Amino acid sequence: MLRYTLSRLLSLGISLAVASVVIFLAIEVLPGDPAAYMLGLNAQPDTLAALRDELGLNGSLWERYADWVGGMLRGDFGTSYTYRSSVSEMIGERLWVSLPLALYALTLSTVIAFPAGIWAAARRGKAADVTVMGVTQLGVAIPNFWFAMLMVLVFAINLRWFSAGGFPGWDKGFWLSLKALTLPAIALALPQASILARVMRSALLDTLSEDFIRTARAKGLTKGQALRRHALRNALIPVLTIIGMQFSFLLAGGIIIENVFFLPGLGRMIFQAISARDLIVVESVVMLLVFAVVLVNFMVELAYALVDPRLRARA
Amino acid sequence: MSLLEISNLDLDIHGAPILRDVSLSVAPGQIVGVIGESGSGKSMTAFTVLQLLPEGAQARGQVTLNGHDMLSLSEAQLCRLRGNEVGMVFQEPMTALNPIRTIGEQVAETILIHEKVSKSEAMARAREALNRVELPADRFPLSRYPYELSGGQRQRVVIAMAIALRPKLLIADEPTTALDVTTQAQILALLTRLVREDGMGMLMITHDLAVVADMADDIVIMQKGRVVETGPAATLFETMQHPYSKALLAASTHAPDREDGTTEQPLLTVRNVVRAYSLPRKTLFGAPAQVQAVKGVSFDLKRGESLGLVGESGCGKSTLTRAILGLEQVQGGEILFDGQPVFTGTQVNRAVRRRMQVVFQDPYGSFNPRHKVARLVTEPFHLLDKPPTGAARAAAIAEALTSVGLSPEDQHKYIHEFSGGQRQRIAIARALIIKPDLIILDEAVSALDVQVRAQILDLLADLSKRFGLTYLFISHDLSVVRAITDRVLVMKSGEFVERGPTAQVFDAPQHDYTKALIAAAPRLPEEA
Repeated sequence: MLRYTLSRLLSLGISLAVASVVIFLAIEVLPGDPAAYMLGLNAQPDTLAALRDELGLNGSLWERYADWVGGMLRGDFGTSYTYRSSVSEMIGERLWVSLPLALYALTLSTVIAFPAGIWAAARRGKAADVTVMGVTQLGVAIPNFWFAMLMVLVFAINLRWFSAGGFPGWDKGFWLSLKALTLPAIALALPQASILARVMRSALLDTLSEDFIRTARAKGLTKGQALRRHALRNALIPVLTIIGMQFSFLLAGGIIIENVFFLPGLGRMIFQAISARDLIVVESVVMLLVFAVVLVNFMVELAYALVDPRLRARA
Repeated sequence: MSLLEISNLDLDIHGAPILRDVSLSVAPGQIVGVIGESGSGKSMTAFTVLQLLPEGAQARGQVTLNGHDMLSLSEAQLCRLRGNEVGMVFQEPMTALNPIRTIGEQVAETILIHEKVSKSEAMARAREALNRVELPADRFPLSRYPYELSGGQRQRVVIAMAIALRPKLLIADEPTTALDVTTQAQILALLTRLVREDGMGMLMITHDLAVVADMADDIVIMQKGRVVETGPAATLFETMQHPYSKALLAASTHAPDREDGTTEQPLLTVRNVVRAYSLPRKTLFGAPAQVQAVKGVSFDLKRGESLGLVGESGCGKSTLTRAILGLEQVQGGEILFDGQPVFTGTQVNRAVRRRMQVVFQDPYGSFNPRHKVARLVTEPFHLLDKPPTGAARAAAIAEALTSVGLSPEDQHKYIHEFSGGQRQRIAIARALIIKPDLIILDEAVSALDVQVRAQILDLLADLSKRFGLTYLFISHDLSVVRAITDRVLVMKSGEFVERGPTAQVFDAPQHDYTKALIAAAPRLPEEA
């Protein structure tokens, strides 16, 4: 298990290094001089040169890459061109919205999908299965921003249970903030839960047709016992893969939902930074997201090994 | 009073008749062998006893196990009986165990499900059960996982699960079909011992007459869902009346009419061939360890000869086959076909490759299900520089299909429309179509029922006569090798331990391993 963990850690490090080079080079080859963009059309050449110098745009490619990576390792992501404030602080604020929102949505998605998928698989072909399959089909098909707006109409405007948007900040109270994230989390979780429930169902059905389930039944286990004791853990591998991918998506992919609910999250921040050519912000946020994705994959791989003894032995 | 009494059992699955009027009985301490080909309903009879039937199954008649009327019990009552009064052992030991739980947990589960005992007591009793199936604690601690065990060892774990509570009846469904002959002999001896020790009744289901001839007290022969013959094993082979029983017995010992066509001219020459694999690295930067699957073997295959290659799984015979076919590069030695190398540089020598073809074991997995037969059998044409087109292609397809006993019209069908035996004929047609000199038959009849197997062996003998074919016949089934080969190589751990004319090796084996193999092979009583 230790060797497996170390080998996964090594591959995590390599992924991050490769990603940082790719991101840095991609931003470098983009057209447009950020300093010229920030100062406008009538900028004086010497002001421009001064700003370029201040922003560190003058060094060699290698120096700038080393500066950028070195800064990130110290927690210093540089200064935003447009806002003139520390990128790490900006990311920090936004992360406190996006990360809880992603975790909230993922929790909802899992809590809905597991029982639904298990229920459908246990009653394959019966009414429960048909219902779950039908509802999840709808859940995948409905655009989540439309569903979000529908929820705003019903729960915020008509019933006035929730506010229509905005985020008070965690310092204004935990429950208040959680309440503000509830409608967005539901909107994000709905399609994810539908996909996850379907994956859970088909993974379980595959496992239930395995020979060892028949062996378990011949030992005297009921159908339910065979499912819980033998099928469930074996079916977890594909489910874990999907959960990992969903978390990465939820962290950065909530931009439309963030816009619907006026949430100051990472998705909106990166969108604004791209429009303003605030490259330092773009680079840093993308790198942070890559880090999150790689880290989640690492944790998913450790989870695989916890589920499956063959993986622990192989590495 | 009998332990298991099945009388007038009918079974339908979604309206299709599976069993008709099946009656048999098992007394305590008695072993009853149920014989039949695939689709004869022998496994379904077993599943009816346990009431583990697929959805849509409807059983009528009487199944009484130790006084319980199995067809009228509730699911909860059945769960209390399964594993407790009746245990079951299955065909596929490789997949019959949950891969992610230890063998101790899985054996203990049988006990925990039925009795209110502590986990530690259940584990202690699981240990006893594993000891009884000859998996001693020092080599097989309870914490082992199934992937750490061989097929035979896994089958022992499944048996331990089935007998942990000392059931009155043990049902074994083809328990040794997937195993090597020596492992098979050990498992059969183990099952017989357990039955005798515990006074269990046993229902032993198999397609192999020879397996039950040795161990069963009574034999039941089934065909198409019906029992066609029943009788005591000791006398049944002499008294059997039903034409199907007689045909089955004849097919089991069938030897095709063939003559030795060996010439002096060597066709395939294998010299000191070494095939080594790298194991996964143990450390991050260390050199990977090597394992030699084939350790410098040499042999000549003469034109017109039929050469057998026997050995148990893992002995290196499949690896050697892949090397001969040029599918893998060898690490030492050379393989010459008619004087030319099979492998030149990193490329397979096409001029040689087009002169040999292969037929594999699995008639279900070795065809692309989306292609029609015409396309499937013409696959080897890619080895030709100028593949035939138009009328020449059609004629080649028709000739190949006709020569294996199929109709040229069959080329427009898909593979799922054919039975296992017909598919194996198509595989042979595919090998024949480019008129090769050598056909490698890699367990080509191992998955077939005995009667179909006899027909395919006849076909092979006939084709070799007509086309002057040379065969390399790889099998773990000694009786088949004996029937179809002129000379035989016995392989163990990557080396040949014995070689010689087939009759001589079988009648007077010299090496201990060959002796053990031949002794382990189940045999039918001598023809009456």
